[in-house]
Amino acid sequence: MAKNNGLDDNITFRTDRLTKDYVTGETIVQALRGVTLEIPRGDMVVLLGPSGSGKSTFLNIIGGLDSPTSGEVYFKKDRLSDYSEQQLTLFRRHNVGFIFQAYNLVPSLTALENVALVTDIALDPISPMAAMEAVNLGNRARHFPSQLSGGEQQRVAIARAIAKRPEVLLCDEPTGALDSETGIVVLKALQRVNKEFGTTTIVITHNAAIADMADRVIFFGDGQVTNVKVNENPCPPEEISW
Amino acid sequence: MIIEALNRKLLRDLWNIKGQMLAIIMVMACGITTFIMSFGVLDSLKLSRDVYYDRYQFADVFAQLKRAPEAIRQQVLDIPGVSAVELRVTFGVTVQVDGMIEPASGKLISHPDGRKPLLNNLYLRSGRMLLPDEADAILSSEAFADAHGFTLGDRVNMVINGHKRSLKIVGIVLSPEYVYSLAPGGMFPDDKRFGVFWMSQRILEAAVDMDGAFNDIAIRMDRGGNVENIKQELDILLKPYGGLIAYARKNQMSHWFVQNELDQLRVMGLFAPTIFLGVAAFLINVVMTRQVATQRVQIGMLKAVGYSNLEIALHYLKMVLVVVVMGSIFGIAGGIWLGAGMINIYTEFFHFPILQFSFSVEVMIFAVFFCSISAVIGTLVAIGQAAKLPPAEAMRPASPIQFRRTFLERVGLEKYFSHLTRIVIRHLERRPVRALFSTLAIGLSMSILIFAFFMEDSINYMLEVQFDMAQRQDISIGFVKPRAISALEEIRLMPGVMSVEPLRSVAVFLKSGHYSKRSTIMGIRPKPDLNRILDQNLRAAEVPARGLALSSKLAEILHVKKGDVITAEILEDRRPVLRIRVAEIVEEFIGLSAFMDMDQLNRALNESTVITGASLMVDPLWNGPLYQKIKEIPAIVSMSIMQKAREIFKDMMGENILKLVAMNIIFASLISFGVIYNTARIALSERGRELASLRVLGLTRGEVAYLLFGEMAVIILMAIPIGLFTGYLMAFGLAQHMDTELFRIPVVIEKSTYGLSVIIVVVSAALSFYLVWRQVENIDLVTAQKGIE
Repeated sequence: MAKNNGLDDNITFRTDRLTKDYVTGETIVQALRGVTLEIPRGDMVVLLGPSGSGKSTFLNIIGGLDSPTSGEVYFKKDRLSDYSEQQLTLFRRHNVGFIFQAYNLVPSLTALENVALVTDIALDPISPMAAMEAVNLGNRARHFPSQLSGGEQQRVAIARAIAKRPEVLLCDEPTGALDSETGIVVLKALQRVNKEFGTTTIVITHNAAIADMADRVIFFGDGQVTNVKVNENPCPPEEISW
Repeated sequence: MIIEALNRKLLRDLWNIKGQMLAIIMVMACGITTFIMSFGVLDSLKLSRDVYYDRYQFADVFAQLKRAPEAIRQQVLDIPGVSAVELRVTFGVTVQVDGMIEPASGKLISHPDGRKPLLNNLYLRSGRMLLPDEADAILSSEAFADAHGFTLGDRVNMVINGHKRSLKIVGIVLSPEYVYSLAPGGMFPDDKRFGVFWMSQRILEAAVDMDGAFNDIAIRMDRGGNVENIKQELDILLKPYGGLIAYARKNQMSHWFVQNELDQLRVMGLFAPTIFLGVAAFLINVVMTRQVATQRVQIGMLKAVGYSNLEIALHYLKMVLVVVVMGSIFGIAGGIWLGAGMINIYTEFFHFPILQFSFSVEVMIFAVFFCSISAVIGTLVAIGQAAKLPPAEAMRPASPIQFRRTFLERVGLEKYFSHLTRIVIRHLERRPVRALFSTLAIGLSMSILIFAFFMEDSINYMLEVQFDMAQRQDISIGFVKPRAISALEEIRLMPGVMSVEPLRSVAVFLKSGHYSKRSTIMGIRPKPDLNRILDQNLRAAEVPARGLALSSKLAEILHVKKGDVITAEILEDRRPVLRIRVAEIVEEFIGLSAFMDMDQLNRALNESTVITGASLMVDPLWNGPLYQKIKEIPAIVSMSIMQKAREIFKDMMGENILKLVAMNIIFASLISFGVIYNTARIALSERGRELASLRVLGLTRGEVAYLLFGEMAVIILMAIPIGLFTGYLMAFGLAQHMDTELFRIPVVIEKSTYGLSVIIVVVSAALSFYLVWRQVENIDLVTAQKGIE
């Protein structure tokens, strides 16, 4: 099925023998050792694995934040690994929403303005306020990051990521810094976006329980994909036991 | 595309780092202010002078002579290149002013009857010009009138050719010949004791027995004229009439002094600002680079969400734009304000009809552009570094940089360092380039402090050498014409005179090869005690028994060294030409003199022992009676009181140069503070999280402060010797450039200057540390620990 060079409309990402080496001093760390994967459109995908297994590297490469050492990445019909710096910028601007563990909000902008930072440059965004309401933070829109709790900040980050109506939402440990209750609120927000907007959502986590809400779970170990599990009946986030 | 949210971020970010921004703006403004002020003052003076000279027909060639008939006017006009000639009578007079105990001298100049002078025209400040043949009326130089509060209608008493006359001031005027008004033989303008007056030509000719004759000539050249030819032909023409060597405008007394002042100002006023501007530009570059570098994580995030490098660069350039615009506005406004103030000071010494501060747009553009480009480069370099990283990496707090045991530790000194100290020295060693830049920035800011203080040190030293070591007399007097040595005995008997030394000075034209210079040979005693000469180590030297002692600057102008033989054309009656060996080179910071044994000089001139003046040491209690006595002796034409000369010199220096110096000191201090404060602030923003973690681990505030400031302290310690050294180099550079005919600046830097500069830097550091320390105390441990920005 990989013969059509990723021309299948239902596949958002496809990677072929992806490798990534990091050189630190005299040692070379092989973060990815040949990852071949397909991620179907509209899926909620969870990447599971211990730290150093290559999940974040994989996410950064498909998100256009980093480039592979070898192998190929396709985003729909396009070969991402051929993109220039300029094309990668536009790819991120128009197609990808990022959510980071450390939120990475601009401290000098209010929650709403942080969202506007992205809608200012997007092609067909929803209004920043609508994005804030989508994560149930309409009433906190005028607050600065320092005035928000961790969960609220992460929901602002989600609002910021979805406001541009991205094709894909990439989340690196979105609940890593949160307690379970807040974590569930954030996960619900992610699931809602995935269902309502049909956004392909890829979530990295340490927490195996979260995998229960995914359509597809990809297990990473030592820079390789060790297993892929398709979940026929994903459960709602509130039923997840942490 | 207008990116509103990004602009809002810019404004808020600027507000958050307003302290740092203000510091950078201040550094930039200081650089621009001194630059615009100094160039503006120089340009204004030059412009005022040139316009004045042009509109009032300042002459190109001058000559004095004993007496010639006016009939030779046509012969002068026939010299090729001469376009206008003015023949004049000038005469030295004694002026008696009620209420002033010491005598004043003056110069009377003839004013053509019934027409304007063709050359050296007068600017009428108030009153009227002279009527034809108007007796008992004079025009007074504004400087003298102002110094004594004379107004129109007041009378001035003068002794003209032995006759006392009371003359009415009908007009107050300015002349391009006396922009800087100096008594003959004087070094500094003393408007109270020397005045210039104009009188009807026919009346003056009658008063001094010069009917139909003249003793002073001024010439204007046409465009193609050759000064040297005109001078030569004029010398030949005037020789039978007792003509002295003709001289060009560049050697005209007033012009020469104005030019020297401008040269000094160019060096002092432009050397410092250029260094300041350069240092400011360098500092802005360093500081902007770091400021942007602290935004690395945000730059990564902006890239991750799809902002292009260009958009990000523009965003940060707007930050620079704010700095540049504010710095320029403050700098330009400050430059204009201070420049206008400086110009006022100059009006006291330079008598121009109008002196207004103006500055050229080019100067302004240059200053602004120079600082801006440096800031922009600094920013782009930093953005380039941040943007070069893949966003995933940029967004992570800078990955732990590789540390290792430092050189000091590897050679076995490890056991002497605590863990905290190891952190400090590893930080320094890990980023040597950055440490070097910080060190250079602080060192440079210190060196401009030393440089600013140095000017004051060396002016004081110059004064000390001139008045305490060389010219130790209290009073110098000059005779109308040479007198027998026996006159010394009469002087010795005057009230309060404790000792007296003879002086035989003679105007001379010194030549060696094709180098020449007009100067004065001072014939003095072999072992003078009052009017001494100093060897090159500034020790009192004996006057050589044979040959000439030349001041080092004069020797340099003539390109001669000890042992060379030079030609001296004596500019007196018979004009003998002597061949004299240079027996000694002596040091003199002010003026251009040659010294010779008095008896030897008189023998060479085939004269019996005569003197032209004397140096006196007097008992100050007897000043009143002594001055009165001197006033009554017609043979004495000039008297200079060293104490007054010193005061005037100090005033003059104090008024212009030292004010510049004071401003330089202020600016240098501000720059030092700005740099150190900024460096400390940025260190805090870079390491805030690390410091918070250490606090969480249980380190005390003091220990955390040691980490933050220990590094800075090491940098400052390293910067101090660099600052001392570059400061000395700058001073040395100034001294090299400051070598004008009028002044030489000795490289003298007092220990207190070094000390004070170090203190200012250390105090700036302490104050910066204190301000930053308050921020350290406010670090919120919990949020900082979570790694939330």
